[in-house]
Amino acid sequence: MWKNLPLFPDQASSIAYQVDGLYAFLVVVSAFFTVLIFALVFLFAVKYRKAAHPKPQQIEGSLPLELTWTLIPLGISMIFFAWGALIYFQEARPPRGAMEIYGVGKQWMWKFEHETGQREINSLHVPLGRDIRVILSSQDVIHSFYVPAFRVKADALPGRYTSTWFRPTKVGTYHLFCAEYCGTEHSGMIGEVVVMEPAAYQSWLAAGGASATMASNGKELFTQLGCATCHRSDTQGRGPNLAGLFGKSVQLSDGRIVKVDENYVRESIVNPQAKVVAGFQPIMPTFQGQVTEESLGALVSYVKSLSQPQQNAQGGGPLQTAAASTSN
Amino acid sequence: MATAVQATVERENYLNHDYSLKSWLLTRDHKRIAILYLISITAMFFVGGFFAMLIRLELLTPAGDLVSSDTYNKLFTMHGIVMVFFFLIPSVPAVIGNFVIPLMVGARDLAFPRINLLSWYLYMIGATFALVSMIWGGVDTGWTFYTPFSSSYSNTHVVGSALGIFITGFSSIFTGLNFIVTIHRMRAPGLTWSRLPLFCWSNYAASLIMVLGTPVIAITLLLVALERLFHIGVFNPALGGDPILFQHLFWFYSHPAVYIMILPGMGVISEVVTCFSRKRVFGYEFVALASIAIAVLGFLVWAHHMFVAGISVYAALVFSLLSYLVAIPSAVKVFNWTATLYKGSVRYDTPMLYAFGFIGLFTIGGLTGVFLASLGIDVHVTDTYFVVAHFHYVMVGGMVLAYLAGLHFWWPKMTGKLYPEGWAKLSALLVFVGFNLTFFPQFIVGYLGMPRRYHAYPPEFQVLNVLSTAGASVLAVGYVLPMIYFMWSLRYGEDAGPNPWHAVGLEWMTPSPPPTHNFDETPVVTWEAYDYEHQAEIDEEVAVGH
Repeated sequence: MWKNLPLFPDQASSIAYQVDGLYAFLVVVSAFFTVLIFALVFLFAVKYRKAAHPKPQQIEGSLPLELTWTLIPLGISMIFFAWGALIYFQEARPPRGAMEIYGVGKQWMWKFEHETGQREINSLHVPLGRDIRVILSSQDVIHSFYVPAFRVKADALPGRYTSTWFRPTKVGTYHLFCAEYCGTEHSGMIGEVVVMEPAAYQSWLAAGGASATMASNGKELFTQLGCATCHRSDTQGRGPNLAGLFGKSVQLSDGRIVKVDENYVRESIVNPQAKVVAGFQPIMPTFQGQVTEESLGALVSYVKSLSQPQQNAQGGGPLQTAAASTSN
Repeated sequence: MATAVQATVERENYLNHDYSLKSWLLTRDHKRIAILYLISITAMFFVGGFFAMLIRLELLTPAGDLVSSDTYNKLFTMHGIVMVFFFLIPSVPAVIGNFVIPLMVGARDLAFPRINLLSWYLYMIGATFALVSMIWGGVDTGWTFYTPFSSSYSNTHVVGSALGIFITGFSSIFTGLNFIVTIHRMRAPGLTWSRLPLFCWSNYAASLIMVLGTPVIAITLLLVALERLFHIGVFNPALGGDPILFQHLFWFYSHPAVYIMILPGMGVISEVVTCFSRKRVFGYEFVALASIAIAVLGFLVWAHHMFVAGISVYAALVFSLLSYLVAIPSAVKVFNWTATLYKGSVRYDTPMLYAFGFIGLFTIGGLTGVFLASLGIDVHVTDTYFVVAHFHYVMVGGMVLAYLAGLHFWWPKMTGKLYPEGWAKLSALLVFVGFNLTFFPQFIVGYLGMPRRYHAYPPEFQVLNVLSTAGASVLAVGYVLPMIYFMWSLRYGEDAGPNPWHAVGLEWMTPSPPPTHNFDETPVVTWEAYDYEHQAEIDEEVAVGH
C-alpha cells in the first residue's frame, strides 16, 4: 500500500526483530515525555498567561521534584542502556559454526569471497536461516558495511579486520550500503544482499564455478611466498608451527599473552615484529605491500583451516565485537 | 517614562561616540566587538545556508542530477565546516555573551579587551582561510575529516580548510579565557555566585570546554596536515598509523563542542523564560550545576560516535552508560524551565515564542540522542539520516532557536531599537514549522536506512526527501525575515528605552544602547537572580543609586 512512502524497513534478520522491539519501546517512552513537556508548556503558558494570571507566584524550587525528574529519567535510561547493550553483545558474538564470508571495501565497490572460493562484486548471496559472519577489511579508506534490513553495520577499516554477523530470516533482495563517507562515489558504493533458500544457494555456489576454496588458495600462497620454510609442520621450524594454533592463546617474547585471531594472523604477516611468540627470533620479513587484501584473506583462511579437524568444518568464530579489533 | 527615553536617546553611547572605521576596527569595547562578530557570523550563516539550500535541491530527486558527486560532497562538507566552526560555536558566546556578560556582571568590559579584539581578528583570518579554500575548489572530507581519506586520499583543499579551523580555534580559546576570568574576577559587589544570572553559568561551563577541548582539535588537524604534507604516519595504516586514533582525538573535542554550542543557548533560555514568566527560575542551583555537569560529563562520552568503528565491546559499554548520564542534566533543565512557567504571568513576546520552540525541539533532539546512546539501536542508525535529524534538532532546533531568542531579547539593548513584533512572531512560527517539516522526515528515512552524505539514493526514499526540501524552503524564509526587520528597525524602529521587557538583571539598568563604559556607577547587587517579586524595590534602589 505504501510503495512510495515506506515508513518502516524490512525485517529480514534474526536481530532485526530485537532492534525494532527496543526501538518501539524507545519511541513510546520518548513520545510520552515529548507529549508531557509539550502539554505542560502549553497548559502553563495558557493558564498562567498575563491576562488570566497577572500576579506571578514566586516559587524557589522543590527538592522532591528535582529528585523525581532526575531519578526517574535515570532509571528509565538504565533500561534503555541495558536492553541496547544486550542486543549489542549478541551482535558482537557470532554463534559457533557461523559461515564466514570475507568482504573487502575499496573506492567504490564491495568485493566478497565465500569460503568455497566464489567471488562477487557489489552483491552478496547468502542462504536463508544460516548464521553468517562477514569479516571486513578495506583496501584504502574507511568504508562501512550496512544492510538496513538486517539492522547491522560494521566499519571496514584499512589494515585490520572487523566483523559482523546476521541470520537472514526472509528470502529477498535487500540494500547493501556503504555507510561511512569514502569519497566521490560514496553513494554509488551500494549493492544488494540476496537471501536464497539453502538449496538455491547451493546451486548458485555450484554455478559460480570456483576452482578452489579460500583455504586452498591460501595454502598455495603459503608455499609460493616461502612461509612453509620456517613455519614447518614439526617443531624444528624457525617460526611457530601453525597447525592447531588458531583460536589458542600464545605467550609473546615480552611476556604478554595474546589470542590468535584473524587480526593477530594478519598483523603477523604484515608486521611480524610487532608480536613475536616467545622462544622465537624476530627474523621474519614483512609482507606488507607484497600480498593483496584478498591474498591476506586467503592466508588467514588457510591458517584457520589448520585448526579445523575436517576439511569443511567451520570453527566457531572467537568472541569478537560487531566490529572487532583485538590487535591493539 | 517618556522623558527617560528622551534622555537616553540624546546621550552618548557605544555606537555614536565615534563613527570612524578605525574606531570600529581597533575597538576594545566588548559591545563593538560583539557587533563585529554579529556581522561576521551572520555572513557565514548565509554562506552555510546557501550550501544547505543546494544540498536540499539536489536531494529532491533520487538521481544525482543537479550537481556532480564531487560538488555534492564539497557542499555538505563546507556546509558542516561553516555552520559548526564559523557559526554555531561563536554564535551565542561571541555575539550575545560578548555583549551582555560584562553588563550582566556589572563590569566595564571583559577582563582582557585586547585579547577580545584579537579573538575577532583570529576568527576573521580563520574564516578567510576557509573561504579562500572553498573558492579555490573546496574540500570534500566531510566536516569530520576522517582519516585516512582526509590525510591521504582526498584531492581537495584539506590543509587550507583545516588551517582555517585551527586558527579560528584560538579565537574560541581566547573568548573562553576572557569569560572565565571576567566571571571570576569582575563581578559587581554583592553579585555572588549564587546570584549570578544563569546565562553566565552556562557560558562559564562552555568556556571551560573551549579552553580545555579546543587545543585537542588543533593538534589533531595539525597531525592530519603533517601526514598529508610530509607522509608522517599517524593515522594512515599504510604509513604505520591508526585511523581509529584520529576518531578518538577528533571526537574528544568535537563531542564536547556540541556542548559549547548548546550550553550558551540554554543560558539564553533561562533568561528569557524567567523574564516572560515574571518569575524566578525553578531550582536555580539545579539549573546552574546542570551546566557544569554537562561540561564535565561531556568530556567522557566521545566514543559513542564510534560504536561500529571497531572499538572493543567493553569500551562501547562504558561510553554508552556515560552517554546516558550526560543526558540527565539536560533533562533536568527542561523540567525546570517548564516548572518555571507554573503560576507565572506568561507573556508571548517573540523571544518567549522562540524559547517555547527551543524547549520543544530540544526535547525531541535530546530524546533521540537517547536512541543513539543505546548500543543496539546505534548500530542500525549511526551514519544514517537519523543522526542527521538528531543533531539538527539539537544544533538548529536547539541552538539556532536559542540564538534567535537571545538576539530578539537583547536586540533592543544592543541597538536601542524595537523590531516590529508582528513580523518577528511570524518568523518564529515559520522557523518552528519549517524546521519540523525539514528534519522530522529525516528520522523516518534514517530508520529506513538512508545513509547520510549520499548524493544519489534509492527511489523509495524520495517522498520523505521532498517533504524535507519543502520544509527547508519555509525555514529559509523564517531566517531571512529577521535579517530584514532587524535592519529595518535600525532606521525605523521605535526607541526601546533601557528596559523594554521590564526585566531584572544589571544589563537592563543602563541605557540602551549602553554607554561605552557600561555603567555610570558600579552597581551594587543586593538581590537574587530573577527576583521579579521585588522588582519595584530593585528599580527604586537602582534609581536612588543614580
